[in-house]
Amino acid sequence: MILAALICVLLLGGFAAWFSERWSPTAPRWVAVATLTVEALLLALPYTVANQAGGLSSAWFAGFYLPWIPRFGIGFHLAMDGLSLLLITLTVLLGFMAVSSSWLEIKCRQGFFYFNLLMCLAGIFGVFLAVDLFLFFFCWELMIIPMYFLISIWGHENRIDAALRFFIFTQVSSLLMLAAIIALVLIHHRNCGVYSFDYFELLNTAFAPDVAFWPMLGFFIAFTVKLPMLPFHTWLPDAHTQAPTGGSVILAGVMLKTGAYGLLRFVIPLFPDAAHQFAPVAMTLGAVSALYAAVTAFAQSDLKRLIAYTSVSHMGFILLGVFSWNLLALQGSVITMLAHGISAAALFMIAGALQQRLHTREMGNMGGLWSAMPGLSALALFFSAASLGVPGLGNFIGEFLVLQGAFSVNRVLASVAALTLILAPVYALSLIQKVCYGPPSQHVHLVDAGRREWVSLGLLALACVWLGLSPQAVLKVSAPALKQEMHWSADEY
Amino acid sequence: MNINSLIALAPLIAVGATAMAVMLGIAVRRNFMSACGIAAGGIVMSLWTLGWAARESPVRATLLMRVDAYSLFYMTLLLSAGLTVLGFCYDYFKAREGEHEELPLLLLTALLGASVLVCSSHFASFFIGLEILGISLFVLIGYPLNQVRPLEAALKYLVLSGVSSAFLLMGMALIYAQCGELHFSGIGGYMTSRDNINAMVLSGTLLIVAGLGFKLSLAPFHLWTPDVYEGAAAPVSAFIATVSKGAVFALLLRYFISTYSYDYTPLLTVFSVIAGLSIVGGNLLALQQNNVKRLLAYSSIAHMGYLLVAFIAGGISTGGAVESVSFYLSAYFITTVGAFGVVSVLSTPSMEADDISCYRGLFWRRPWLAATFTLMLLSLAGIPLTAGFIGKFYIFTSAAEGRLWGLLLVTIVGSGLGLYYYYLRIIVVMSMNVEATAINTAHGWISTTLLAVLTILLVWIGCYPSLLANVIQAVSYEMEWGL
Repeated sequence: MILAALICVLLLGGFAAWFSERWSPTAPRWVAVATLTVEALLLALPYTVANQAGGLSSAWFAGFYLPWIPRFGIGFHLAMDGLSLLLITLTVLLGFMAVSSSWLEIKCRQGFFYFNLLMCLAGIFGVFLAVDLFLFFFCWELMIIPMYFLISIWGHENRIDAALRFFIFTQVSSLLMLAAIIALVLIHHRNCGVYSFDYFELLNTAFAPDVAFWPMLGFFIAFTVKLPMLPFHTWLPDAHTQAPTGGSVILAGVMLKTGAYGLLRFVIPLFPDAAHQFAPVAMTLGAVSALYAAVTAFAQSDLKRLIAYTSVSHMGFILLGVFSWNLLALQGSVITMLAHGISAAALFMIAGALQQRLHTREMGNMGGLWSAMPGLSALALFFSAASLGVPGLGNFIGEFLVLQGAFSVNRVLASVAALTLILAPVYALSLIQKVCYGPPSQHVHLVDAGRREWVSLGLLALACVWLGLSPQAVLKVSAPALKQEMHWSADEY
Repeated sequence: MNINSLIALAPLIAVGATAMAVMLGIAVRRNFMSACGIAAGGIVMSLWTLGWAARESPVRATLLMRVDAYSLFYMTLLLSAGLTVLGFCYDYFKAREGEHEELPLLLLTALLGASVLVCSSHFASFFIGLEILGISLFVLIGYPLNQVRPLEAALKYLVLSGVSSAFLLMGMALIYAQCGELHFSGIGGYMTSRDNINAMVLSGTLLIVAGLGFKLSLAPFHLWTPDVYEGAAAPVSAFIATVSKGAVFALLLRYFISTYSYDYTPLLTVFSVIAGLSIVGGNLLALQQNNVKRLLAYSSIAHMGYLLVAFIAGGISTGGAVESVSFYLSAYFITTVGAFGVVSVLSTPSMEADDISCYRGLFWRRPWLAATFTLMLLSLAGIPLTAGFIGKFYIFTSAAEGRLWGLLLVTIVGSGLGLYYYYLRIIVVMSMNVEATAINTAHGWISTTLLAVLTILLVWIGCYPSLLANVIQAVSYEMEWGL
């Protein structure tokens, strides 16, 4: 019940935000804040259940089922385990950040903006909660449309091309996934004589040799386009650069994680054999794109583009960790998802704040901001350090666990990926060098971070430190879910 | 002919009688509103009598017609689409000069032809239905009469329609020469009694396919489509795109199932080529269009290609084709009528709203209309929350069931291309920030209501398709197993 409520509140909040614009142009953002607060309160409930998890027999602690299209065995089936709980929490947190960073940036058509923002979050919630493949696909597609509008209406100068490329990449790849889902269901139908899109039913589908590879590839492509991964990453820098700050926060912080979540939740448990055979290729892709994106990030002169490439690099670690498929690497991937969500969102918020003040994203036009805006610069330094993986902060834990887990599976690739740890400080420090230090440029009258910015970025900084100092709290929540996933595919591994 | 078949044919009789009534009404006094009113009443009456006919079905009403769940389903679809188009026509033409009273009459006769088509189980009714539909259509396309472009479009349609009829007749003649049968089940009997493929029947069927391909605007026979869609009035284009194509497709499917033509595997290869060409060609040609009506025309070519994929799959795996085709067509009807409805609402007597610039900033000028149009376009592109997505899901399922991986891939690529033009061309333009240029278009409450109903249907079927899916499943079961 609570899971359906989580999605419904967002949908209702979205419409309320849209219509509240009639009373006052600033009402929508308050409605958005109220909606997200309700979500946060609702989330407290699963956490209380999760904390007494010692007594729980299953890793799933909430479920919701309604028949939807019985003709094909499709149900409106939601379920939550530790993994989805963590990612949903991240989504709510970054939802607040997106609203906060759009507070003054979005000046026109606020109602429609917050409507799209909340709809996008509702779609993401659906993706993290759905355990019916049809419902999953439904939400997977649905979260793209509001994001498309966010980019194409409130984005920057090249917004239309960027939005279009984002949409077409994700859409075409997701059609491949739809074909794969249907193929999987038909194979299951041939085996058992029942149509079912239910995740739990499909988990034990038996495949003829070589058949499983193709549907697995369909899923893999859809998720790695979203992640994004090396040959498919070209939509990302544009989409991130052109999106409004709130859109970038959601895009980098949460939407990329849906790809990683899909790999973790669907690709490997559903196709254990094929995924195992494919793992070296996937891990290579992960390591190479971690390295490649780090090098490319260093070459960027556009602040948001640089941050976008660092996202690709971090996602490479996640891919590496997921396909290593041992508990250590998986836990690392989960921590990296959360930590990257926090640090990338914060960096995008800082970039947005700078752009709002300086009207440029070119790092060549910045420089010397430390003297003008010490607060914001200090925050930029903090989150750059987080992103490069300084010990004590969340990203370090994630990367360390991933590398350790991957090392036991494939030493060469783990070593290649570890090289990124050398490149990460290079791009992170060059960012700080170009933006904060150097001769002050001619900017005058720059306002330092205001109260709203301090509160939201401070919250993220706290989360980042907490994740780095006591990761055990998070690991405890995700462990049962990950163990269960590993158990499902254990027979073949 | 007994009373049962008379009742079963009541919907057809109602449409025919209403056509007479409208004609007589016009003879007494020319009044566009009353002509439309009588026509609408007749269509509603016909929809109502479908309930009676359903009690008698399945029944073979005369040698020529078969009234079963399949034909009743399609008649419901066609008549509802006809009623909706009539509503748009009323708002569209009432502001225009000239005498339009014959328009509802022609719509009725076209609907009669289409209904005959979906019931027909004999070459004679097949041809008669097609000709009634075709002849009504090319007069319809010519409206409004005093303009050049509609006239040009009507002439094009006339010539190509004649050519396609010639193909069709030749095909029927070849098949008759070989089988000695004009009834579908007779031909089916001939087909099942022979093991090997007969060249005469094969070429006859190919000619029939070519003839119907013109009507369906499938790829090598599609050249007339954009010109006719552009030239005709927007509601009439909606009528061509839905009623005419839907009826012909329903007939094609019935013909292939009841004559066992699916056993002729070379035909499936031909269909695969046609489907691939339609999908790729339609989408590629749409890329460069700046005219919304032409764009919708090309997209309809691609959609017929998608439908054909499900149709081919029906020949490979048993079952499923009727279901997929029927669902896709229902979704396509709602979407296409809705999209053209928006075009017709935006059009003014002085200017047809077919250029892309008419849509600039529509989101901020007329948000509800723009939202409706966006939903229609999303449905055409097959995005969730709309009926088009469920339709696409059916097509994918059929294709996967028939293991048509190549065609499935073409469909995916086509959908990707499709997105490009639906979005870049229209939605982006609609969401552009432009200060309102005051174009005051006439607000017709009928069109507004119809668009609202279509939008609700679209979202409802998109979110909760079970109801329609169950109906269609029953229809398809009777069609495929109950013969």
